Amino acid sequence: MNRKEKFAEVVLTVVGLTSVAVLALIIFFIFREGAPFFAEVGLGSFIGGTKWSPGKGQFGVLPMIAGSFFVTLGALVIGVPLGLGCALYLSEFAPKRTAAILKPLIEILAGIPSVVFGFIGLTVIVPLIRDRLGGPGFSVLASALVLGIMILPTMVSISYDALRAVPQVYREGMLAVGANRWQAVTSVVLPAARSGILAAGILSMGRAVGETMAVIMVAGNATIIPGSVLDPVRTLTSNIALEMGYAAGLHRQALFATGVVLFVIIGALNIVARSFVRNRVR
Amino acid sequence: MAPSSGTDGAYGPGALKRPKRSPGRFGMALVQGCAVLTVAVLVFIIGYVMVKGARVMTPGFLLGSPEKMGREGGIFPSIVGTVSLTLASVIIAAPLGIGTAVFLTEYTQEGLFSRIVRFGTESLAGIPSIIFGLFGFLFFVIRLGMGWSILSGSLTLAAMMLPTIVRTSEEALRSVPDVYKETAYALGASRWQTVASVVLPTAMPGIVTGVILAMGRAVGETAAVIFTAGSSLRLPKSIFDPVRTLPVHFYILAREGISIENAYGTAAVLLSAVLLVDFAAYYILHRISKKRPVARR
Amino acid sequence: MKGEKMASMSRLQAESQVENRIGGPPKVEAQGFSFFYGKTQALKSLDLTVPENSLLTIMGPTGSGKTTFLKALNRLNDRVPGISHSGSLLLGGKDVYDRDVDVATLRRRVGMVFALPVPLPMSIYENVAFGPRKRGVSSKKRLDEIVEEALVSAALWDEVKDRLDSSAHNLSGGQQQRLSLARVLAVDPEVILLDEPTSGLDPISTLKIEELLRVLSERYTVILVTHNPVQAARIQGEVAFFYMGELIEKGPAASMFVRPKDKRTEDYITGKFG
Repeated sequence: MNRKEKFAEVVLTVVGLTSVAVLALIIFFIFREGAPFFAEVGLGSFIGGTKWSPGKGQFGVLPMIAGSFFVTLGALVIGVPLGLGCALYLSEFAPKRTAAILKPLIEILAGIPSVVFGFIGLTVIVPLIRDRLGGPGFSVLASALVLGIMILPTMVSISYDALRAVPQVYREGMLAVGANRWQAVTSVVLPAARSGILAAGILSMGRAVGETMAVIMVAGNATIIPGSVLDPVRTLTSNIALEMGYAAGLHRQALFATGVVLFVIIGALNIVARSFVRNRVR
Repeated sequence: MAPSSGTDGAYGPGALKRPKRSPGRFGMALVQGCAVLTVAVLVFIIGYVMVKGARVMTPGFLLGSPEKMGREGGIFPSIVGTVSLTLASVIIAAPLGIGTAVFLTEYTQEGLFSRIVRFGTESLAGIPSIIFGLFGFLFFVIRLGMGWSILSGSLTLAAMMLPTIVRTSEEALRSVPDVYKETAYALGASRWQTVASVVLPTAMPGIVTGVILAMGRAVGETAAVIFTAGSSLRLPKSIFDPVRTLPVHFYILAREGISIENAYGTAAVLLSAVLLVDFAAYYILHRISKKRPVARR
Repeated sequence: MKGEKMASMSRLQAESQVENRIGGPPKVEAQGFSFFYGKTQALKSLDLTVPENSLLTIMGPTGSGKTTFLKALNRLNDRVPGISHSGSLLLGGKDVYDRDVDVATLRRRVGMVFALPVPLPMSIYENVAFGPRKRGVSSKKRLDEIVEEALVSAALWDEVKDRLDSSAHNLSGGQQQRLSLARVLAVDPEVILLDEPTSGLDPISTLKIEELLRVLSERYTVILVTHNPVQAARIQGEVAFFYMGELIEKGPAASMFVRPKDKRTEDYITGKFG
């Protein structure tokens, strides 16, 4: 009987280490493939360079960094208020029945594959922008819109949890002194849930930065620093996905180096987000 | 108490009349609008794709093979590819994920070791799919020599699904009432016996739901799959063959402008699959939690 | 008020038959046993002897260490991090905290029934068979025997013999508690611990179980914990009064309730606190 116990314990310990092992492998392989590039070309000219022409040996990713930055910013501008508003409604104002139907519905939104979002962006949003606002349609605006919608489920879900975690007494206390629900929520509940909502925002940011396929379909993928929201743009992720298929040698290493940069950015975002969540609980 | 700002029905409807222009009115309408908009977007996306795709959805489409690079013909190989890839990933990821969750909840105290494991799973959760794709390419396709195949793809997808399964399984395991465990231990059962005969069976519905949801996510995965499972349109004969899954096929059709119509059709099939999986998960969770017995007095 | 309560107490035990079981070798013995949850001391140098095949009721207010004592005896407390103890706690002459003690075997010899009847999520049969199965009994015939014996001893057999395979959740509270008892009996223990076993039950089920315990104490050493002094008086047998981690007084129910030796005991019995 004791041998079986020991066996179970050993197996489970090994299994428990799989995620750590996988993480280690990922870091190892990506960095190993990308690191030589930094030795060759140098971090400064990589991140600061404005020209990306692998054919001519130019590997500046600044346009892509700018692309990722603006697109993410736009996505947050669109997605955060909308998501927060939705979460507020579901958590504080919606009748129970409505909330019970809407919440799972929004969770289904989370399940829709990213390529479908990109496709809708391609067939609906891009022409719309092109006809109404000008430009090629493939633009920062299109990407921001698509990404903004994509981060909604994350934003709604985590903000909702943060709001729900605020003790009921906070609300009751305000109501008892004559405030109405809206005042109670804005003056007490929202501030109390502040760190959770911030975490939601940061996690959504991480998702937006890491999104690839949907953005490729609507961004236009020009390797220039966008001058207006109607300009086409290319993000860090798109860069990798678009050129990986035929890249070789230094070019390929450059793409992996891009992966490294991406990894670091998103890793930092996640750590920041987690520290907010950790601080809030207990 | 003068009802200067109304009490919002907190003491029963009409207890004190709410004045016409209470300050929260606009705000509440605004957030309601947000919710409506969010849901409207969702409904629009699903509806649009389904309606446009319905035109192409014939049995021939579903069962036929693609011709002219997908411009005509069906998507059967992609359907097979998607199903086999997803199943393979689940078979790999589920035991590992559930095992990790069992390990975290039953076999460690909150110490350094469990924090390392948790760090591992949470970090994995934040890594974007394209990085997984790159990793899968480097490690499975090239280093381990598996080439573009269902095997490479499913291993990569399994790594992606791992954090989700760990998280949901852990939640399910933690929700098993402590008394069940205490009772088993008090009867002389050992740790593994308690886990296997009491904890796991009780947590199973929650665990299964989590696995199914992770599966739903994997079905729609594109970036990681393109770099590891390839994009061959041929029907796979073994796990060493490359496949083109539905989302990949859909992506290629759309971006290369091969056939927007067929793209819609593929998207509709993909969306249906994902929705089906999601509904199945919720249904199971609902059914079982309704059935969860409570002691009668 | 105090006089009335004491009068009703003496009436209670005057109407009942006082059984005095002081004979028999000690089955459970605490010698200067102290127990700590981290820095908090839950039991203070306890000296207590429970003879074999007797019935002891431990009464006292919440937090007096009653449950801690039970869970120390079957080492269920081991699952709590940061615990420590001093002194010795003996079962049949051997310290349960000795290094070579196999905890799983200990818990078979010292069975426990909890306050809330908790049927495992299985059929009635499987609930009772759980313990023996985990200890290695696999023959169906043997298991059938064990299950029937246990259910008979727990006075539940007649009520469930036709539906052994149905879910244990369909039983009433009183039945579930007797099921918990049957579960424990199935592993053939020497000591049976019960932690407020009737606190969630209706009066009739409570009386049934109390009667059952009296019968069982002829074959097992039964230790039961209650926060209700009236129950302690009703059950008769030996009573021990715990207060703030200490054993204040111990004796047959009759004398304890008629002529308590310690003022704290008297206050507790008459309802001044607890």
